[in-house]
Amino acid sequence: MFALTARLRRVFSRPTRRRVIAGGAVLVLVAALVTWAALPERHSWTATDQMVSVLSGPSGTEPVALDTRFYLPEDHDGKVPAVLLAHGFGGTKESVSDDAESLADRGYAVLTWTARGFGRSAGEIHLDNPDYEIKDGQRLLDWLAARPEVRTDAAGDPRVGVVGGSYGGALALMLAAQDARVDAIVPMITWNDLSTSFFPGGVFKKNWAGLFFTSGSDAGNPACGRFAEDVCAAYLKMATTGTPDAATTALLRKSSPAGYLTRIKAPTLLIQGAVDTLFPLSEADANAKGIAATGTPVRVAWFTGGHDGGVGPKTDQDRTRFLTAEWLDHYVKGDGPAPENSFTYSRVAGFSALDRGLVTNGYSDPTYPGIGGTGRTDVAVTGAAQQIAAPPNGNPGALSSLPGVGGQLSSLLGGVAGDLGGQHATFASAPVGTAIEVVGSPQVKLRVAAATGSATVFVKLYDVDPTGTETLSGGLIAPVRLTGLAKDIAAAQPVTVTLPAIVRRIDQGHTVRVVVATTDQAFLTPAAPAGYTVAVEPAVSLPTVVGTPIANPQVIWRWVLLSALVVIALGAAAAYWLTRRRPTAPVEEFAETPLVVRDLRKAYADGFVAVEKVAFTVQRGQVVGLLGPNGAGKTTTLRVLMGLTMPTSGDALVFGQRLVPGAPILSRVGALVEGPGFLPHLTGYENLQAYWRATGRPLAEAHFDEALEIAGLGESVHRRTKNYSHGMRQRLAIAQAMLGLPELLVLDEPTDGLDPPQIAEMRRVLKRYATDGRAVLVSSHLLAEVEQTCTHAVVVNKGRIVASGPVDDIVGESPSVQLSVSDVAVASTVLAGLNVRDVRRDGPADLIVDMNGTPREEVVASLVRAGVGVDRVVPRRRLEDAFLALVGDNSRGSGDR
Amino acid sequence: MISGYSPSRTLPIGAEIRRQASRRRTQLALGFMVLLPLIILLAFEFGGGDDDDNGGGAFSSLVDLATSGGLNFTLFALFVSSSFLLVVVVALFCGDTVASEASWGSLRYLLAIPVPRARLLAVKLVVALGYSLTALLTLAGTALLVGTLRYGWHPLGSTVAAEIPAGEGLLRLLGILGYLAVMLLGVAGLAFLLSVLTDAALGAVGGAVLLWILSSILDQITALGGIRNFLPTHYSDAWLGLLSTPMQTDDVVKGAISAVCYAAVFWSMAFYRFTRKDVTS
Repeated sequence: MFALTARLRRVFSRPTRRRVIAGGAVLVLVAALVTWAALPERHSWTATDQMVSVLSGPSGTEPVALDTRFYLPEDHDGKVPAVLLAHGFGGTKESVSDDAESLADRGYAVLTWTARGFGRSAGEIHLDNPDYEIKDGQRLLDWLAARPEVRTDAAGDPRVGVVGGSYGGALALMLAAQDARVDAIVPMITWNDLSTSFFPGGVFKKNWAGLFFTSGSDAGNPACGRFAEDVCAAYLKMATTGTPDAATTALLRKSSPAGYLTRIKAPTLLIQGAVDTLFPLSEADANAKGIAATGTPVRVAWFTGGHDGGVGPKTDQDRTRFLTAEWLDHYVKGDGPAPENSFTYSRVAGFSALDRGLVTNGYSDPTYPGIGGTGRTDVAVTGAAQQIAAPPNGNPGALSSLPGVGGQLSSLLGGVAGDLGGQHATFASAPVGTAIEVVGSPQVKLRVAAATGSATVFVKLYDVDPTGTETLSGGLIAPVRLTGLAKDIAAAQPVTVTLPAIVRRIDQGHTVRVVVATTDQAFLTPAAPAGYTVAVEPAVSLPTVVGTPIANPQVIWRWVLLSALVVIALGAAAAYWLTRRRPTAPVEEFAETPLVVRDLRKAYADGFVAVEKVAFTVQRGQVVGLLGPNGAGKTTTLRVLMGLTMPTSGDALVFGQRLVPGAPILSRVGALVEGPGFLPHLTGYENLQAYWRATGRPLAEAHFDEALEIAGLGESVHRRTKNYSHGMRQRLAIAQAMLGLPELLVLDEPTDGLDPPQIAEMRRVLKRYATDGRAVLVSSHLLAEVEQTCTHAVVVNKGRIVASGPVDDIVGESPSVQLSVSDVAVASTVLAGLNVRDVRRDGPADLIVDMNGTPREEVVASLVRAGVGVDRVVPRRRLEDAFLALVGDNSRGSGDR
Repeated sequence: MISGYSPSRTLPIGAEIRRQASRRRTQLALGFMVLLPLIILLAFEFGGGDDDDNGGGAFSSLVDLATSGGLNFTLFALFVSSSFLLVVVVALFCGDTVASEASWGSLRYLLAIPVPRARLLAVKLVVALGYSLTALLTLAGTALLVGTLRYGWHPLGSTVAAEIPAGEGLLRLLGILGYLAVMLLGVAGLAFLLSVLTDAALGAVGGAVLLWILSSILDQITALGGIRNFLPTHYSDAWLGLLSTPMQTDDVVKGAISAVCYAAVFWSMAFYRFTRKDVTS
């Protein structure tokens, strides 16, 4: 704990330059991130909210206040084209703000408004009635034409496209039919004829109709909400009876584009969803056919989504956005080439592994094939005629979709299939031999017999995989109301039922299952119970389209990956080439000298200078001792010699080659630095082998036997090194250093942990080793060891050389003598008369005398003659002089300085 | 230079493989890769019919399908181990390799041979990656073997798409293994960098796993938005896309880019640091 706090304190108390730079960089990064997150988003447009009062109604004189928002691109050159953007049923101008913003980003003036009867707009809901909502739209075109920023084709005629989904989509169609000033339209997921949408096959789509109606409700009028009286009355009537009367049908027709399609001259991009039980693909098909009949350009796109499926997967959103922009750019803005006429659609490919969303693949076909496909495949289903019962009031009812839930995965993928026993008949095919790409409306021939002569049934087409899991594409089913039926199935005439259009690949091995059910919760069924007999003709006709897969823009990432790999490979190659070792010429002068250290200095990052200035030479045949107290800088010097540490300045030459980390010349050096280092899980012998294998040199050069002999471990060499004593490890490490008999042997405190006989043996070994032109460098803090082992010595202290030379010179007799005398004062006088150089007091009875060549016996004789008693005459030795001078007064290591 | 010495022959790959092979942790890690499929198999066999719905989306059905054939069993074994176990194993092999030599003190003797520093790292990295790949393949191979022996050779099933015939299923499985291997390069890079930076093997392995878990946690926080795309773990589940027909490779490709870039950055830093630092251990 203390150690930790001490270290922390050290880390924080020394603001070195590197720490300051690193800390600064982190600060800047954090600040940038915070700023980026906190800065308000910048828009390229301005938006103005305004209540606009328009005159509409049959007479064109009824004022109604509409809640509008006008988006204007900020940097526009001159006048900009406009887009009238309408929202869906139950929405407001807010619900299209995202689309409005992205259109404004593309340089369009965008006018959004809340339709009458919704939100803050006044008026009542007339269901896209030409006299009301559509006329409102016309007045908004007038308003746009009056804006100075909006481009016009003629006075009062703005350059404008109309875009909208569902309720807004129908408005776009009908506005284009009613007003020739509209230049292009993009109606999405909208209807062709409300009477077929709400009464498909003559059966009331009660669930959706109810949701549709209640989304216009209002607390002020619980019965009718903000609906216009006639609309409300029509709904109440049709929801009660389940069959539209003439007035209701007329009202629904009036609110449907179906009757006005031939008047549409604006190029039309129809976008419809394949997961939409409210306005299925057939509605867009009818619109497309009706508009195209007069030669107006029409393009159709399907996506995986809709009133049940929501906005669809990202790829689909991107595609429809792109198509919309392309359409508007060409037909409204006048930019870009004419869009192709191709038909695009998408098919579910599976789940995204990351966000569990759906993944779809886009396909295109050169022309729009309609809902009949470009080809047809017949699949034979079998099954005997079956009797099924319709319960009273259709309760309990089967479940095929969940209207209004919107975008639920389950309904998107396979519907919420649930058929009830006794209420459905099943007809299944054999597993299909090859996959069928169904794109369009399948057709089934049905024979139904009923005692009452009429029947309401629901026909569904399931894709059943080999495990028996059945999937109802998009939850789409075909309700059929049949009348004039035979009582006996044998007499029943086949009726062709066209199922809702789907996009699905029926894989090889899957079966097609046709189910005829008597109930469905989404539809109103007759209140009276009934029994039917149902049979299906074998041939089920499946429309097919083999589309061309649309190039996935994500493919770009493959190229990114490839380029990343290439860049990394090139970078690695460049790094290798730049850092490869170029052989350096040796310093010829020292080519035969095992080691030359020149003015070595090592300062650590924290400022500590371990080696101030060290220079010495090791010649062949020498055993050089590097002597110094602990922390004198010996180990640091040796680390530099091993290429483990880079010197701050100066260098070391081994046989003339500069020592840098990994210098090949190190192969001529054997080392023991800072204690042994072995793989603990290997035996001593295995360690030596592993070490030698790592040198990559031939086994024969290792001289294992000599090394093992030096180690002297006996049988213990086959024990794991983690069980070794300190001394055993030390001997093994010396043996490892001697493997291959390197020409220079560097040993750091080799006798550490050895017992006296082993030390004696080691001395002999080292002396013997330095023959044959080899050299040994031994570091030690023990004077005696160096004295006994080495031929030469280098004494270091506090990172500096204090003395160096042959041990004999250093250790040999020095000119000084230590005299212990009985009377120091007299002796000093006597000595002063002799030819000596220096006399120093050293303690109460001792003198140190520099003899200056005067023989010792002469000095002793003179003293005795003068009556001074001589107790001891001790010749001083130089190394001792030096060493004691260094450490005598301070026992602390220089590393502590 | 002494005869017989050549920098490019030092620390041969074989020598490093043997250095690591003799270690207990290598043997245990690889052994566990064999053991895990057997444990899973036993759990399925004796686990009883305790039907608790884990209700975790479409891929929870991987569990239900696990016993439907050898391929599905292998898929399950990979599914359960990819997010944590394999990460730990890879971090172990890559994080321990340099740091443990440093802590034993044997690193300085390797450098004094001298093994050039870049070569030492390269050999260590190659061998660590080799062991990681071996672990991955051992796990998959064992699972495939015991799964096929017990449950038979059947098409690869998943609820998101059609059954995939066994032959193609095997290819898909190899694709998934390949992607997992690439994905794990990220953690391999991180662990290796830490291994160079510290002398404590545990610190390197633990640190890498810890950072990986942190990244996974951050990836769960959807509020982070687009930043999550840059997390190294963001695409770690993209291999599930290889199960659908046609295969969804977009995220796989992005994941590969992410992993390769992270690994390259981490390894560059490791090489940069190691070739310049003072080895003091």
